[in-house]
Amino acid sequence: MKMSEYLIKNGFVFDPVLGIKGDKADVAVKDGKIVDASDLSSKAKKIDAAGKTVMAAGVDIHAHVAGPKVNVGRNYRPEDKLFKATPKSGIKRMEGGFSVPTTFRTGYNYARMGYGFVMEAAMPPLYARHVHEEIRDTPIIDEGALPVFGNNWFVLEYLKNGEVENTAAYIAWLLRMTRGFGIKNVNPGGTEAWGWGLNCPTVNDPVPYFDITPAQIIRGLIEANEFLGLPHCMHVHGNSLGEPGNYTVTLDTLKQAEGLSPKGSFGRDQVLHHTHLQFHSYGGDSYASKSFESKSKEIMDYVNSVDNITFDMGCVTLDETTTMTADGPFEHHLTELNHLKWANVDVELETAAGVVPYIYSPKTFIAGAQWAIGLELALFAKDMTKVFVTTDHPNAGPFIRYPRVIKWLMSRKARDDVLDNVLKYGDKVRERCFIGEIDRELSLYEIAMMTRAGPAKALGLAHMFGSLKPGLDGDVVVYPFNPETDDDPEKIEQAFSNCSFLLKSGQLVIDNGEIISSGAKRTLWVDAKVDENPQVMRDVEQKFLKYYSVNLGNYEVTGHHFVPNPYVLEVDATQ
Amino acid sequence: MDTVTLTMKNLPNLYLEADNISPDVFAGKKAQEIAELHVFEGREQFQLGKYFDVSGSPAAAAADTRIVVKGDTTRVKYIGMKMSAGEIMVEGNADMYTGAWMQGGKILVKGNVDAFTGIGMKGGDITIEGDAGNYLGAAYRGDWRGMQGGTIRVKGNAGSDTGYFMNGGEIIIEGDVDVHVATHAEGGRIIIKGNGKSKIGGQMVQGEIIVFGTIDVMMPGFKYIEDVEMEVDGTTANFALYHGDLGERHPKKKGQIMYGKLYQMI
Repeated sequence: MKMSEYLIKNGFVFDPVLGIKGDKADVAVKDGKIVDASDLSSKAKKIDAAGKTVMAAGVDIHAHVAGPKVNVGRNYRPEDKLFKATPKSGIKRMEGGFSVPTTFRTGYNYARMGYGFVMEAAMPPLYARHVHEEIRDTPIIDEGALPVFGNNWFVLEYLKNGEVENTAAYIAWLLRMTRGFGIKNVNPGGTEAWGWGLNCPTVNDPVPYFDITPAQIIRGLIEANEFLGLPHCMHVHGNSLGEPGNYTVTLDTLKQAEGLSPKGSFGRDQVLHHTHLQFHSYGGDSYASKSFESKSKEIMDYVNSVDNITFDMGCVTLDETTTMTADGPFEHHLTELNHLKWANVDVELETAAGVVPYIYSPKTFIAGAQWAIGLELALFAKDMTKVFVTTDHPNAGPFIRYPRVIKWLMSRKARDDVLDNVLKYGDKVRERCFIGEIDRELSLYEIAMMTRAGPAKALGLAHMFGSLKPGLDGDVVVYPFNPETDDDPEKIEQAFSNCSFLLKSGQLVIDNGEIISSGAKRTLWVDAKVDENPQVMRDVEQKFLKYYSVNLGNYEVTGHHFVPNPYVLEVDATQ
Repeated sequence: MDTVTLTMKNLPNLYLEADNISPDVFAGKKAQEIAELHVFEGREQFQLGKYFDVSGSPAAAAADTRIVVKGDTTRVKYIGMKMSAGEIMVEGNADMYTGAWMQGGKILVKGNVDAFTGIGMKGGDITIEGDAGNYLGAAYRGDWRGMQGGTIRVKGNAGSDTGYFMNGGEIIIEGDVDVHVATHAEGGRIIIKGNGKSKIGGQMVQGEIIVFGTIDVMMPGFKYIEDVEMEVDGTTANFALYHGDLGERHPKKKGQIMYGKLYQMI
């Protein structure tokens, strides 16, 4: 890495970790890290941030940006790229795509938004090599990937017998094989049930053949996660996503964390992260009936009452997008609803996935209500370090809309504009949701909690990202937004879409709004050491011989080709 | 109406992508400015004036602008792409994507056109005096939003996949069509005055296909309902009405199940 020094001068700094709420301050970066300004030499390059907002680079806890299902979205939606290509210019490669952008556009757009780390939210272990190839080809941003475990035959069998230690040993092995970061749990048991043409609509519905319930899978995976003391917690996409009336299932899911507390040395407070909570906070009995309504208040009353749960919003952005999830049965349900093209894959012993395009049309009541519910969850939250901005990219909308979500969170005027002028059924949305009654406008300090300090801590990466504390990675962004004088909500969206300067690992990547470097992107993965476990290793060998279409030697993500620039977080869980 | 005349003077070696040949782009510009508009030949960008002589001048508004294209334009793609008003007359042939995503106005091609003519079209009129290629009035690759409105009339024959994912508007083919007509259609009307081959109305949900001539192989998903007398594009005759494609889902309107309708002249 180029050993350069930067002094970002006179910006309005927002840093929840240091408690800086928009004070004018200088930020110093040297040799890839944040340092005290006194540590800089006279050669430090000065960046004038006067009249601008300065934060640590953003951290995205959940997005689908790399891997086979993302690529299916690209392949089978040529119309998503139509008229949206940008030719190469300067150091930048050609960019294409809207809801499922190319890897290059993905990296560039995250950088333009001032993000430095993105977690790929669902890695099918068998296709981990593909995931890593796409991560490698995504410039600038550091990334990690969460392998999916909630429908994995090993996990189902061990947890059915209450074997937490074996589950943990298997997880540690799989994280190493896939260069994975942590435990993702999608529609626990339901995706496996989909192999029988069934689903697990509640946490108490047993998985066919395996005879284990989603509740047992969720709690068991939390226990295995804490047995290992992984940086991140069990990251769940609960059962019955998108189903009217599903909020009770969501409360049952969240309650699986009761009585459990985090272990390990990475500093997080939570044992359960519920992703895209918006899709899980619905009342009513069907989309067609007049009963569909927001249950964000019930959900947030519970979330606010506990201290071991975090969540991300999954905010609907009212765009045409592409849904993609390891929740196979849900995608089938969706294609039956909108009759658009459907792709479906079964991933052997591990998981499944489906892909369907979707239009969140502002002309429909449901899309309007979904938009409202996502925002309400954040606006009802008491501790903003526990709620994170996402759109479950690309499921509820493309990630390039984060600045728009931030605008809606920060401005009642901007929300009212959507209710009054964009939505066809704005009045009905006001009636069935809470959005119309909420006056709260979040501050930039709270936005910094939701997009930086909070997700970094929840991922166990607070020692690297999310703050401007000396010693952390030199990830700093300067937005062209003056918190003292800019009061037009549109300015928020513009500024957060196109930062003025971005330092990534101490390297200047965006200079005066122009991308000038592809950075030195890293792949973060977690190497958890456990005691030797002959039983689990024997089970692995037998299952590969008996069931897998590949042999064990072709499974591991090995070699420079897949992960050219790894950053390994080591965990010692030996007894 | 003010007329701009483009006359081919240097034939391209490859194909020209000339989506700037549109009344919307030309309106309000001087002949010199029009000559400076870009076209792509292969991956290289050039000026329109490298290939065409530009004479005359357009009106201030697209609606009052007429473009006449002369010479051998067999290798020119995207003429009239996304145009919303005005007129284009092509004296010879045009290549692919003529009038693609057109919203209004008129295009007349005296010769033949290649594939993707009028794809994703929303409004306006296209008349082809010669033959049309494949995917006439169809959807862009992958898209489910084919022709939405407007009219396409082909005086000769059309290729395969006419009206693929058609949702509205009308296509009249005075000659014959190749395989796959109105596949996945959810609306619109296709009149074939000549003969059809096979796979007519496959996976059709709604919409109408009217065939004056023969159908080599009828889709198995179509069921005979009744004979009806109708007037179609100036011809009154008896037609056998079929409902289909029965293998597809069909929505209900006012308690009635809505089918795709295939009429064949008796």
